[in-house]
Amino acid sequence: MTAPPDDCLARNDWICGDYLSSRRHILLGAVAEHVQLTVVSVALGLVVAVPLALLARRHRWTAGPVLGLTTVLYTIPSLAMFSLLLPVYGLSSALVVVGLALYSLTLLVRNLLAGLDGVPAEAKDAARGMGYGPTRQLITVELPLALPAAMAGLRIATVSAVALTTVGAIVGHGGLGNLIYAGMNSFFKAQVLTASVLCVLLAVAFDLLLLGAERLLTPWRRGARTARRGRARSAARRPVVAGRQP
Amino acid sequence: MNAVSGAVAWLTTASHWSGEDGIGHRLAEHAALTVGCLLLSCLIALPVAVVLGHLGRGGALAVNLANVGRAVPTFAVLVLLLLTPLGRHGEWPTVIALVLFAVPPLLTNAYVGMRGVDRDVVRAARGMGMTGGQLVWRVELPLALPLLLTGVRIAAVQLVATATLAALVGGGGLGRIITAGFNLASTSQVVAGAVVVAVFALLMEAAFEIGTRCGPRWARARGAR
Repeated sequence: MTAPPDDCLARNDWICGDYLSSRRHILLGAVAEHVQLTVVSVALGLVVAVPLALLARRHRWTAGPVLGLTTVLYTIPSLAMFSLLLPVYGLSSALVVVGLALYSLTLLVRNLLAGLDGVPAEAKDAARGMGYGPTRQLITVELPLALPAAMAGLRIATVSAVALTTVGAIVGHGGLGNLIYAGMNSFFKAQVLTASVLCVLLAVAFDLLLLGAERLLTPWRRGARTARRGRARSAARRPVVAGRQP
Repeated sequence: MNAVSGAVAWLTTASHWSGEDGIGHRLAEHAALTVGCLLLSCLIALPVAVVLGHLGRGGALAVNLANVGRAVPTFAVLVLLLLTPLGRHGEWPTVIALVLFAVPPLLTNAYVGMRGVDRDVVRAARGMGMTGGQLVWRVELPLALPLLLTGVRIAAVQLVATATLAALVGGGGLGRIITAGFNLASTSQVVAGAVVVAVFALLMEAAFEIGTRCGPRWARARGAR
């Protein structure tokens, strides 16, 4: 008769190196699924949000309904949202993607509109004076100037999507959420903690990646940023945008 | 259409409204969890935020807390708390998780509201000889109230959502109707439960919206959500 192994897996420790090495493939697979679900859903949200924001800006009367509808969507709790989509998509990853995309719409449309509204009138006048048509003005002047606000929305939407993907475990497509769900049912502490930590790291990584992309895309703000840092150090004065998860 | 009629049929069945697993009982649980935890989080977060905002300290903490609250999955925290020794004590893991996620929006918005008070007004009040306490109660708090109430509103909606997720870890509330539906593979029940949850969340939001629109002018919430 062999004695039971006395390692951290058998003791069910919270932190366990053996778990990391022996279940590496499972963890990597879950991270890959998590990244895929997040990226596809935010990309889908962006594809829908840009025309909506442009529509709301072009025809002012549509702004109220568009913002109202996306706010209503954002109010619905995530578990209910995924459940409401169940008859349409069944137990599929499409359900999670569509649910997450609907949530990202609110943040993306709001911030895109705020960015477009914040374009200085002088910049638009100058573009018009130089003979730019409406489309060219939009693409070469207004969208680049709206980029910082839009990227702020994109970052918040992406970080929220990473966290919310875990709820997709209810339909079996939650990336790291699947590991948390399975770990809960089997009281596997190392699995739950590892998956949770990876989830937070993933959110931070996405945030930093998008921050880097924003810096690359807006080279003209580089000088302004360093000049401003000394004076306006209090980020506290900026309005707070949606500090919650549905 | 099948799912819609199924959900309607489920909701209009009288036996689904009564009993331990009935909508009535779950609704009461959900409301109790939401309101109780909202009061608890306000008691914890608001005094801290008002004091920090008055002193002008801890701004980085107050602002970054909101970002942390967004990046940490609510589901993960619920499960982690369940697996700790706390998990054996009934509703406590749920209550702690709910409070943890309601505190950041409360703290951040109240802090930003307090710091957003016009510095000239604060200096004028000091010049009139107001003490620190008088300044907080008579000047800063009334002026910070709209943003503070926005924080309460965000926290309330967050609580409704997190309380729903609590069903996944064995907590009570309306989410139980949905999880039971998944276990029974009954799409009708899942959709019916989701409709009840969504209506509850929207009514909560609507109540705050009406309250801020019809409330006294100084309490009208404005600013970003």
